[in-house]
Amino acid sequence: MNVGSWLTRHAQSAVGALGTLSRNPVATALTVTVIGIALALPAALGVLVQSGRSLAGGWADVRDFSVYLAPGVALDRAEALAGELRANPDVASVRLIPAEAAAAELGKDPGFAGAMAALESNPLPHTLVVRPTEAIDNAALDQLGAEVRKAPGVDQVKLDLQWVERLNAVLDFLRRLGVLVGGLLIAAVVIVVGNTIRLDIQNRSAEIEVAKLLGATNAFVRRPFLYLGLWYGVLGGIVAVLVLLGGLWSLGGPIARLAGLYGSSFELGGASGGSVLAVLAGGVLAGWGGAWLAVSRHLAAIQPKVD
Amino acid sequence: MIRFDNVTKRYDGAREALKGVSFQVAPGELAFLTGRSGAGKSTVLKLIALIEHPTRGTVTVDGRNLGKLPDRDIPAHRQQIGMVFQDNKLLGDRSAYENVALPLIITGTGEREIGRRVRAALDQVGLLDRERYPPRALSAGEQQRLGIARAIVSRPKVLIADEPTGNLDPDLALEVMGLFKRLNEVGTTMLIATHDLHLVERFGSRRIALSGGQIEGGAGEQAP
Repeated sequence: MNVGSWLTRHAQSAVGALGTLSRNPVATALTVTVIGIALALPAALGVLVQSGRSLAGGWADVRDFSVYLAPGVALDRAEALAGELRANPDVASVRLIPAEAAAAELGKDPGFAGAMAALESNPLPHTLVVRPTEAIDNAALDQLGAEVRKAPGVDQVKLDLQWVERLNAVLDFLRRLGVLVGGLLIAAVVIVVGNTIRLDIQNRSAEIEVAKLLGATNAFVRRPFLYLGLWYGVLGGIVAVLVLLGGLWSLGGPIARLAGLYGSSFELGGASGGSVLAVLAGGVLAGWGGAWLAVSRHLAAIQPKVD
Repeated sequence: MIRFDNVTKRYDGAREALKGVSFQVAPGELAFLTGRSGAGKSTVLKLIALIEHPTRGTVTVDGRNLGKLPDRDIPAHRQQIGMVFQDNKLLGDRSAYENVALPLIITGTGEREIGRRVRAALDQVGLLDRERYPPRALSAGEQQRLGIARAIVSRPKVLIADEPTGNLDPDLALEVMGLFKRLNEVGTTMLIATHDLHLVERFGSRRIALSGGQIEGGAGEQAP
């Protein structure tokens, strides 16, 4: 068989499989919807976790800590301390916020502008925002904070990892839950497609028998069913993407408003191109895989018979 | 072309369908396999098509010992044999054209060549004007001829037929047999299983008579 004929056969199988689906629109719609919902759920959980990660600011931001110098400590001392910290191998970067800059920034906030203007002197201290290296663990980070706290001129070190660590623990749990649920639902898709293909194989057993009798290879007999599974996966993936985008669109506004009422800037992130591709790829793999399982198991059992 | 050497076939838990059967069909020959129901005719054809394997003995087709043929080569073997069945085994949801085209699609023949050869085969069996019809729209005789067109479209060296006239009235049976005769005249080796001795006698070809799984009277006789 030349390449042209081979491609033609595959194209015919692919189109023929689509024809099979279109001849049973209700059954196809039901199967595709089930696949779509099954694929959309883990994808939605993934978007939720990703949005939560954005809220937490990512691991690097989460581990930043602030060093407040005592009131009246000179800027030179703050710069010197910043220099000492930059020399520390556990520190990735240090940002110095002079008291004047902090006051000016606070004065821009409508809620504080009046109060700041009423004060005779600037109550804010010089502040250092320290970003540790990613390699440093929490114990070493605590120790670093304690050392900085003892440094001359330091009033307070604010090292509050707990809330973000809790949030990240929840997000990590949700991520793992997403992987687990995703795995189970993709297995369900494989089973749904496999069972649908099994029924199709049973319905077409006479045709398969005749084809084998006329010399059809296993690959020839298998091909239309694999394309059928592929189409189920593709269509299910498209439904999943539509469900996901529709869900994000309808829930995004209310969630942002709710978060705003609690003073949070949390927003449900959109589905990225990568997420959409991952959902489609998941659908294709699950559809193809389910079809492959079904044909491997059931086609061999159909052998030509002559009465 | 077809050779059976001391072939025995025993189905699981059943009696022997064939007992030490030996015969051969020469290239280009038309031979009839005759006998009553249960004589072993269908088993002979199943062994040639590798639908069954012999319990003992050797079946050789076109120089190949089928017992030594690996499973992966069975489709290629079947592609080289034309088969006609009593119940036609046509696909009811396909047109006459699509039914005849199936063996060529299986072998990966190009579209244009398929069109040319399918129409030639349909023309040969007198069904060219029925190419769009599904089998159910054809008469019993036409369906049998359609089955023959499918069997000959890939130009097989060997054609086997199992009771091809079993469901036909005498006139149609004669018509189908005439078709086989014409195909044989262009060099196709044929082995036709039938219990209709009157029909066999009209064509004067060699008859291999089976009875109780054994050949009657040696390796076959020429019909009068």
